[in-house]
Amino acid sequence: MVASRMSVCSRLALAAALVALVGAAWPVAAQLPTYGLGRAPTAEEIKAWDLTIPPDGQGLPPGRGTAVEGKPVFVQRCASCHGETGQDEKYFRLVGGRGTLATDKPVKTIGSYWPYATTLWSYIRRTQPFDEPGSLTTDEVYAATAYLLHLNGIIGESDVVDAASLPKIRMPNRDGFIPDARPDVGKTKR
Amino acid sequence: MKRRRFLGRGLALGASLAAWSTAGRAQSPPDDPSKVLGHPKRPLGARAAFETASRKAFRGKTDEHGANMTPLGDLVGTITPSELHFTVFRGGVPEIDPGQHRLLIHGLVERPVILTMTEIKRLPSVSRIYFLECSGNGQSEWQGPRLPTVQGTHGLTSTSEWTGVSLALLLREAGVDPRASWIIAEGADATGNERSIPMAKAMDDVLVAYGQNGEALRPDNGYPLRLIVPGWEGNVSVKWLRRLTVVDRAYMTRMETVEHALLMPDGTARRFTVVMDAKSVITSPSGGQRLTGPGFYEITGLAWSGRGRIRRVEVSTDAGITWRRATLQEPVLPKAHVRFRLPWRWDGSQAILQSRCVDETGDVQPTLREIVKVRGVNSVHHNNAIQSWKVAADGAVSNVQV
Repeated sequence: MVASRMSVCSRLALAAALVALVGAAWPVAAQLPTYGLGRAPTAEEIKAWDLTIPPDGQGLPPGRGTAVEGKPVFVQRCASCHGETGQDEKYFRLVGGRGTLATDKPVKTIGSYWPYATTLWSYIRRTQPFDEPGSLTTDEVYAATAYLLHLNGIIGESDVVDAASLPKIRMPNRDGFIPDARPDVGKTKR
Repeated sequence: MKRRRFLGRGLALGASLAAWSTAGRAQSPPDDPSKVLGHPKRPLGARAAFETASRKAFRGKTDEHGANMTPLGDLVGTITPSELHFTVFRGGVPEIDPGQHRLLIHGLVERPVILTMTEIKRLPSVSRIYFLECSGNGQSEWQGPRLPTVQGTHGLTSTSEWTGVSLALLLREAGVDPRASWIIAEGADATGNERSIPMAKAMDDVLVAYGQNGEALRPDNGYPLRLIVPGWEGNVSVKWLRRLTVVDRAYMTRMETVEHALLMPDGTARRFTVVMDAKSVITSPSGGQRLTGPGFYEITGLAWSGRGRIRRVEVSTDAGITWRRATLQEPVLPKAHVRFRLPWRWDGSQAILQSRCVDETGDVQPTLREIVKVRGVNSVHHNNAIQSWKVAADGAVSNVQV
């Protein structure tokens, strides 16, 4: 505590010295107190970039979609890479593979591997389609997410996916992940 | 008259240099370079036309998805030339105007802030030498020797001197809320690479870097701004950095829950396996090279650990039956490649060359068999196994597993 108090003091002293040096006050809007640099972001600037959605769904926007609505979106915007049923191996297979993780040939898909539906939503929204990232509307993202969850047998084709329902969807491999288990091999003396 | 003659010669030389670079190999130089005028001044120092080391693309889904591997077998010392630094991207390399680029720091902070590149460069700076390694380095080798050269087996690691601002400084300035325990870092590329980083690491040795080996970052390596998260798998060192969100939990992004999890034989997967283990490899002699005849050779290679300094490197020329301690090039820096060397007299018979290392925390580089026994062959990431090169009686060096 003493140390942090000291560092605050020394930072203030440094700021004072710098002010004295240049002989001018910092701009009023400056956000970094010691250096007098930067400005506060606007709410719009934060909203435009703050698109990562955690497992509890915090930050999911209004909107909705079902698998029935998602099928034409997927066929038109996604199927050229992933196949109409999401099982094309050419890029990333998205559907199937349940029960293969403990075999010699694991098939890691949304249905067999992904632990959180929110991760899927967040990834589609920001990065898909591959050659037009971020171009789907919010409703299209909900609908495409619903279609992929339905193809994987996780929800029904008329189930509504929205900000309230998405975080509650339990992915089949939700409990399949464990923390870093090292040191686990060899002669490590750690 | 005299001046015109000079100009004429300069043009001729310029033309012949252009011919060299397009042909990709040198035309015959003068027998005695001291008897002709050299080439004129030029704004950028190009490498000699005789030098051909280049990155090699690792398989990817498209041209915008995949990796370029560093030609470790062609390099000396410890610093990787920026243009040969490995790179991995999943949505191509973005074109970013540094005049337009911004860094946003927000979330659980007292003072959310947007900084321009000019402002970031006005802050107190620091330069440090660190390796980066993609956790997928060596993923081709789990079920047998697959790629012929050290560029293929180990080329997803490089070392640079990075210059930038301490992330801890930026976070302290923004005023981190006591409830905060993680940050989310996001890049401005087409896949918006994003990773959750625990606050303890963020406040430790992470850099927000704009410089690489004395100049601006190369676009492939994150221009104009990136994170450098020392010792951790490369994907966490988010390139084209534009956003840092201070939060109270991991956000479980695709890269950390799916792409970089380690699938175990029992079907469970380990996540947040982020620190790179102690690892070494002989870069010369290495796969694809050829010894020209019996006699003296220096065995040399690189060792590194995400946990700190390399303490010891040993080299075997008899498939691991006997080991000799290699000399480490000073300074031995934490979380940076260190060059090791051992003099060797090759008697012309078959030899199996190996290196193994121990870091200052006691982490010992294992054999592939030791790793596979625990993790199987489908974990993809974090293969830090001992590498073997076979020197055949004819001098040819190849990738083997013993």
